[in-house]
Amino acid sequence: MISRRAFLLLTLAAGTARAQLPPNIAEVRKAALQEAIGKVVGNSPVRTGRVKLDIPPLIDNGNAVPVTVEVQSPMTQADHVKAIHLFTERNPQPYVLSVQLGPRSGKARIATRARIGDSGDVIAIAQMSDGSFWSESVKVIVTLSACLEE
Amino acid sequence: MTDLMARVVVNVPAEAKKGEVIEIRTLAGHPMETGFRRTQLGELVPRDIIRSLVCAYNGVEVFRAELHPAIAANPLLTFTTVATESGTLEFRWTGDNGFSVTEKAVIKVV
Repeated sequence: MISRRAFLLLTLAAGTARAQLPPNIAEVRKAALQEAIGKVVGNSPVRTGRVKLDIPPLIDNGNAVPVTVEVQSPMTQADHVKAIHLFTERNPQPYVLSVQLGPRSGKARIATRARIGDSGDVIAIAQMSDGSFWSESVKVIVTLSACLEE
Repeated sequence: MTDLMARVVVNVPAEAKKGEVIEIRTLAGHPMETGFRRTQLGELVPRDIIRSLVCAYNGVEVFRAELHPAIAANPLLTFTTVATESGTLEFRWTGDNGFSVTEKAVIKVV
């Protein structure tokens, strides 16, 4: 049973927590995402293709979402994937995962489980050994957000 | 202490053909506290996550991952490597609050 005092504190805390979110949160997060991507790719163009981002389009539970990223590459010394970066649009932070691969990886295929905060884009960017960047973006719908559980 | 912290699992095939691409799965038992959650009284729960996983094959780094709070609790990572020679794969997780765990797996390449 929750006491009256605890209840009041809780509502107060919830109120201030809400008030701390800036009103233009969508734009703020979009800018953060652009900045995070900019840090990875610099001024290079990011082309669509070669990357296959496998994530369920409809997510009932954002706390553990299976994500697989596969990049088409022969993975030889001369031509391989150097890194794969994963971002989300609507989390408090855009970063999810960065991995570094090389010719010894054999295949450019990684899998993990991510937290997705809200419906929006999930973006995978691959950095090739020749310096080019390739990406795929998938729109997902989240019914139960991560970040909400106590 | 070590017992509590060393709850990691690595899945490496015991035997592989030379040149074969093998799949490696690793799982670490860790809450991956994001640092964005609040307690019932509205205080922020401090961040406590695993920041990186490095895999070395006979001492040579073959895989490195940088993790962020958006990785689910008990982080699972799957990746591949080429079976080049018999030996040891060493996995090292490091994270906030001095979290550091090393796990080894032996592979026989024929």
